[in-house]
Amino acid sequence: MTLVAGLDLGSRFTKAVLLTPEREVVARASVRTRPDFPAVAREALERALAAAGLEAAAVDYVATSGFGRSNVPFRDIQITDITCAAHGAAFLNPEARFVLDIGFQSTRAIRTEAGGRVREFASNDKCAAGAGGFLERAARYLEVPLEELGRLSLQATTPQSISSICAVLAETEIINHLTAGVALEDIVGGIHRSLAGRAHALLRRVKFTGEVVFLGGVAVQEGMVRALEQVLGTPVRVPEAPEFVCALGAALLGLRRRAGPVAAGGVR
Amino acid sequence: MRYAAGVDVGSTQTKAVILNEDRQIVGRGLQDTGANVTLAAERTFAATLRQAGLDREEVLYVVGTGYGRFRVTFGNAQITEISCHAKGAVSFFPQTRTVIDMGGQDAKGIKIGPGGEVADFAMNDKCAAGTGRFLGNAADTLGLSLDEIGPLSLRGTLPVRLSTVCTVFVESDIMAYLAQGKRVEDILAGVHSAIAARTISLVRRVGLEPEITFTGGVSRNIGMVRALEEKLGGSINVSPEAHYMGALGAALFALERTLHLAPEMSLEVASG
Repeated sequence: MTLVAGLDLGSRFTKAVLLTPEREVVARASVRTRPDFPAVAREALERALAAAGLEAAAVDYVATSGFGRSNVPFRDIQITDITCAAHGAAFLNPEARFVLDIGFQSTRAIRTEAGGRVREFASNDKCAAGAGGFLERAARYLEVPLEELGRLSLQATTPQSISSICAVLAETEIINHLTAGVALEDIVGGIHRSLAGRAHALLRRVKFTGEVVFLGGVAVQEGMVRALEQVLGTPVRVPEAPEFVCALGAALLGLRRRAGPVAAGGVR
Repeated sequence: MRYAAGVDVGSTQTKAVILNEDRQIVGRGLQDTGANVTLAAERTFAATLRQAGLDREEVLYVVGTGYGRFRVTFGNAQITEISCHAKGAVSFFPQTRTVIDMGGQDAKGIKIGPGGEVADFAMNDKCAAGTGRFLGNAADTLGLSLDEIGPLSLRGTLPVRLSTVCTVFVESDIMAYLAQGKRVEDILAGVHSAIAARTISLVRRVGLEPEITFTGGVSRNIGMVRALEEKLGGSINVSPEAHYMGALGAALFALERTLHLAPEMSLEVASG
């Protein structure tokens, strides 16, 4: 079998997706990103191979994405995360024209054409306000595992507003709510509401209407999805394994490139 | 002997200082603030009393300061950390006209009037750039302690240029520089330089009249002291008590109020 690997070296996690020529996902794996990008990329790939019970030889093409994409010596091609996210989203939701990708430090709103080509995008560029790092810090302060944070806010009755823009300064505000005896659910509800508001502002910059596909590590949080639906007033589509969609997009584009110039542009 | 105390409940650390009526420091305390602000204030004050060998009753007046000052339940009064840092800075360096205070989450510039009073101030409100937290994150990303980064930064020869001063973004910036094979010293020199530039632009809003006194926890970082001096083109005052300056200022206010209760003693302090 000759698989294509998509590797997404994100600011928090490095994700790997293995794809067959028939565009079926064989395995996924994720490892925490460290400064040694080549080693992290290799580890993510090896874990995905191990999960599928395969040898390294099974993969003959590697496409990288994410902020560490250019530091992987064994890559065959590198593609920006915005392009990969858009293609991954279009593959999973062909009808959607808007993609929201919230990762650890980046939030992107993307408008796409049919097939996943990027028309325009907006992103938080100089500041992590509204990105997943905010949630990680909040979870630490609230002493709640990050995995539970997403469900907690579903039980909020009166979400407390968070006025701080900065992911770091918001900590003080969160602690103040906590010491004032505000319910954990309402604090987390307020945090999700605040992030949803920032995401909405980015989506408006790319002329958002209709439906959005929500990707990235933050999309696994149900409470965040709910908050987004409330703020946007439309249903939000979350694909399976949303944190791997960018790696999937890299693998899909890698597959197309491996097939050579004849097939290029021919992926339907 | 009469005693007065200041308790400075900062976002990251809680500091306490006890002074005797001769304005000598007889006890200092420092603890992480954590989530229970009232408890942090109580514990820090109790530890400071123990260090000074005093009973609670011997301290006649306590002033709370810092962001958690209203949770210093045993305090007799609350005074903003801006007034307290100014008070502390002027008591050590009477010619101070500008105070740069860098704490766990705050960066402030304070303009001091001719009589040693606060004339104006500016602070970070929307962003944690230029705070101790930023440096802490940078240290964590490099696997170093907060105490190590300042001295290491002084050994940088080719400081890197950070693309952002966002406390969250700095992690990936540093990882990317490490991946490019940049030296840790050069990365740290770039971090300190970026934060110094950012802080100076903040403080410039209140003017940068000398003498300049640097206070707050970050002032213990020699790399930040040198980076500020380099960009300002002159030396700045840093007291060995700079970390405790807010608590010390609060204790000085407390002492004045204590002695105000006994007017015969206030003359002695005024002459001292």
